[in-house]
Amino acid sequence: MNVTKGWLADFVDLHETAADIAKDMTMSGSKVETFSCWNDHVERVVVGRILAVTPHPDSDHLLICQVDTGEKEPVQIVTGAQNIKEGDLVPVALDNSLLPSGTRIKKGKLRGVASNGMLCSLGELNLTVGNFPDCIENGIMILSGDFKPGTPIDEALGLNDPMIEFEITPNRPDCLSVIGLAREAAATYRRPFKKHLPVFHEDPNDHIRNYLRVTVEEPEACPRYSARVVKNVKIEPSPLWLRNRLHAVGVRPINNVVDITNYVMLEYGQPMHAFDYRTIRGGEIRVKMAREKEKFTTLDGQERTLGSSMLTIADGEGTIAIAGIMGGLNSEIENDTTTIVFESANFDGVTVRKASRALGLRTDASSRYEKGLDPAMVEGALNRACELAEQLAGGTVVEGVLDANNDARPRRTIEMMPARINAFLGTDISPAFMKESLTMLEFDVDDSREPWLVSVPSFRDDAEGEADLAEEIVRLYGYNNIPTTLVQMATTQGMLTPEQSLQKTVNETLLACGYDEICTYSFISPKVYDKLLLPADSVYRRSVTISNPLGEDTSVMRTTALGSMLSTLATNYNNRNLSARLFEPATTYTYTAADALPIEQVEYVLGSYGKGESFYTLKGAVEQLLKAIGIPLEQVEFIPWREHPSLHPGKTAKILYRGETLGFLGGVHPLIPAGFGLPENVWIANLYFEKLLAADKAAREYHPLPKFPATARDLAFVCKKELTVGAMEKVIREKGGKILESVALFDIYEGKQIAGGMKSVAFSLTFRADDRTLSDEEIDQKISKMIDGVVALGAALRT
Amino acid sequence: MKEQLEALRAEAQEQLRECVDSAGVEALRVRYLGKKGQLTALLRGMGALSPEERPKMGALVNQARSEIEAALEEKIRALKQEELNRRLQEEQLDVTVPGVSAPIGKKHPLTQVLDEIKDIFLGMGFQIASGPEVELDYYNFEALNMPKNHPARDTQDTFYITDNILLRTQTSPMQVRVMEKQKPPIKIIAPGRVYRSDEVDATHSPLFHQIEGLVVDKGIRMSDLKGTLELFAKRLYGEEAVVRFRPHHFSFTEPSAEMDIRCFSCGGKGCRLCKGEGWIEILGAGMVHPKVLQGCGIDPAEYSGFAFGMGLERIVMRRFNIDDLRLFFENDVRFLEQF
Repeated sequence: MNVTKGWLADFVDLHETAADIAKDMTMSGSKVETFSCWNDHVERVVVGRILAVTPHPDSDHLLICQVDTGEKEPVQIVTGAQNIKEGDLVPVALDNSLLPSGTRIKKGKLRGVASNGMLCSLGELNLTVGNFPDCIENGIMILSGDFKPGTPIDEALGLNDPMIEFEITPNRPDCLSVIGLAREAAATYRRPFKKHLPVFHEDPNDHIRNYLRVTVEEPEACPRYSARVVKNVKIEPSPLWLRNRLHAVGVRPINNVVDITNYVMLEYGQPMHAFDYRTIRGGEIRVKMAREKEKFTTLDGQERTLGSSMLTIADGEGTIAIAGIMGGLNSEIENDTTTIVFESANFDGVTVRKASRALGLRTDASSRYEKGLDPAMVEGALNRACELAEQLAGGTVVEGVLDANNDARPRRTIEMMPARINAFLGTDISPAFMKESLTMLEFDVDDSREPWLVSVPSFRDDAEGEADLAEEIVRLYGYNNIPTTLVQMATTQGMLTPEQSLQKTVNETLLACGYDEICTYSFISPKVYDKLLLPADSVYRRSVTISNPLGEDTSVMRTTALGSMLSTLATNYNNRNLSARLFEPATTYTYTAADALPIEQVEYVLGSYGKGESFYTLKGAVEQLLKAIGIPLEQVEFIPWREHPSLHPGKTAKILYRGETLGFLGGVHPLIPAGFGLPENVWIANLYFEKLLAADKAAREYHPLPKFPATARDLAFVCKKELTVGAMEKVIREKGGKILESVALFDIYEGKQIAGGMKSVAFSLTFRADDRTLSDEEIDQKISKMIDGVVALGAALRT
Repeated sequence: MKEQLEALRAEAQEQLRECVDSAGVEALRVRYLGKKGQLTALLRGMGALSPEERPKMGALVNQARSEIEAALEEKIRALKQEELNRRLQEEQLDVTVPGVSAPIGKKHPLTQVLDEIKDIFLGMGFQIASGPEVELDYYNFEALNMPKNHPARDTQDTFYITDNILLRTQTSPMQVRVMEKQKPPIKIIAPGRVYRSDEVDATHSPLFHQIEGLVVDKGIRMSDLKGTLELFAKRLYGEEAVVRFRPHHFSFTEPSAEMDIRCFSCGGKGCRLCKGEGWIEILGAGMVHPKVLQGCGIDPAEYSGFAFGMGLERIVMRRFNIDDLRLFFENDVRFLEQF
């Protein structure tokens, strides 16, 4: 909401600067976004009177002017403009002056003749014919009126009133008006608020009944509709002061009657409309719903299709306005309009909002109605419009007002106890201050009883209870005057839940393994499922779908985060990062039913590509992770898994622990890289956090350090390639029993010395007992059992 | 004989001086002090002396012997020192060659700062709650005193799934979910993802993170809200941080406030970072609206509380001077590894 300081000052004394007003009102609850003035960056531009005009000796289009700028001597200025003559008053930019564009004007010579400044056009002063309808676009701005030469131009033209822009929160539609903000300013500075009561004369010999009837067919959608008729108006530009105020707050001046409706809307917060009485057929106004698919052309020349839930203003024959949104082209004010109907009405916010949405047409009026306006302010605004029409358009107000008032809201009262408010705020504000503050905001306070009874003004529908009154009081008292205290309450424990602790451990382990954490969008394109090669009937294609997405790329909630990981790897690859190791604690969203919330679960997705990255480096990280959270690795099985459509069937393992699938890892399917723009050999893992949380963890327990020496042995086998190391290791562990301290794979060899299709696998074994030094015989016995076991798998001992 | 002894001693010392390594010193030891050495030979020859002269001469020989021994020791020590010096001189590493290290991953910058914020609140006795991102309209709006068609809904461009299910536009629904489940005392923060239909640009993202906070018990005052949040600001921004509270509006708190921090770039004079205001908005807060308490089955006559919410991305952007929000979600490792 933009206002000018001068406009506010119509209603409250203000001697502060705009900067101070901005600061003070921000702290009392009316946040100022910014403030500025036309003259902020204008220096040394004054009114000048042209004393003499002579032709330039060396040019046929330049003129030499002698200009009285209030100094003893006239100033000589050369100009190219042709629309000036002796006696004209013009804006003069003196030597070393500054124009709104930031340009500095210096004296100089034009074709050998000294020019000590510049005569200004509208454009050079950042003004338009809208502000100054009697000036021309191309040429020097000729001032109408009488000004003393030398008067600063901003002062002469009233361009020195600073504009202040307020951010109005949705609960305070009353502050979308000069009066509302002036009331706030008055309360901020604790000064009287100067209410204005409009004064105008009614023609006792002519009554509105002779002109108009009003019928409201939809009282719920239109709680109040009032109208007055003004005759004998003369349509012409508004006076400068009014044009300046409109211009300063960003509204284009049009003509006196239209400007009056805008001016009153800004001043009172009440949208106004003016109809040309000539166009109202049958002398009647009906407030009714539109016909379904009705065509109607609005003021802006657009033809619109209405619906049966849109409220309209109709005359005896058809629609002349969409209620609360925009008038019709058919009843617009014309230059020869003489009799006007002012409408000041209250329309239901929801009705206006729905129509505005459906039409895709949002106006200053509609956005005000949407917030819910006070039906009581209809009257004051209508009277103000009549007062201005009389003053500025020479109109005669016809006697009488048509006022269909269906507003039956009782005035709200709130019980309030000052002591309770102080206890709630942690303050010690005096009851007198409380009463005074509320009174300044036009609440009526009855403090003759306990609790107090506070009546809420009709324009403060937002105030519903004692907490609201507390806010009114404390914002005027000053939030920064509230003491700062620390909470005194029952002790609470600031600690992580087991789930949060586990997540922390997992994150820390992955970071230690060299994986960077990423953060990706939760919504994806459904095309990602195609890129992941998911079959048409895959359950993973069943996503929660956003009905109004920004675009297809972000239109469904992901059921798997693999696509997000692959896209991120691709981004890095395409940004020429040679390698990457990434992980994300990613939320996935599993569809349940159309009217139910999805299941949200965290999955850890790991991904890598580049030099040195392999299935085994990724598996190593997964193993470290499992170890770090207390899952005994020797009980974890990595089972070859061919079923995942996104993964290479020969390079993928499912991770099993005590019968539960913790997740999977593998190389991406050879058809995947093309879809994402990835290199060959991309490795991904996916772990279900819920499963990690639920998995039995080994207790951390101290084992005494060994007292007896260990014996190391190596064993090597030759076997078919298909026989897994895991299967051999499992047998070795089984046969080794308690004294087998560790088994470590140390070599896999395929090559010259081994027959085709075969491989050599070598293990390094460590034996140890807690209570004795092992004998060779004991160990040999175990070794031969191991050999027998592994040979039974189809391997041969390599000697 | 005495002269012989003198000559021997002088000769030994002379040879020792010329000796350059420990092997040479050893040879001299054998030559003079060994069983067949010259000094030993001299001692043996003492039998020819008179009984009076014998002890005198014996003392002299012994003296010469210990002198030579000491000289030998001294020489060995000097040689060792020399060798050590030479070795220390020769053995040199180029310490400017970069170290060899195992790669270490980096926490996402959003997580880094979020963890810091979590730790601050954990230290103040808060617990961390979490809840659904795909949320019921009831929790996101209605229970927060924003019924259907409430104008405040307009300020939050909402992604809808159905008429009643949406992507939460704020973490505030967690207030309601926590209060429904848990009775006071309540002291939680709830960080998480939130969604608004903003087109992606340098300062907007349809997905971002908020951190909600809620404290409810008997006798909670607005002054407690100020104290708690001021303490938080000093922990996050340093002891010298200056904050101010300003009236504002949220439908689910009353009174409502915004907390600003004095601009750390210009110290309050006004600059580009603070858009000339001298203050930077950090978070929104307020006393929990009585209607919200009531809706969760908590009697507002008995209990009161405060709530607050802040946007994570903006805090992180200012912390690290990041000027483009998109970088957080692009996840280029060259970006991630800077923090």
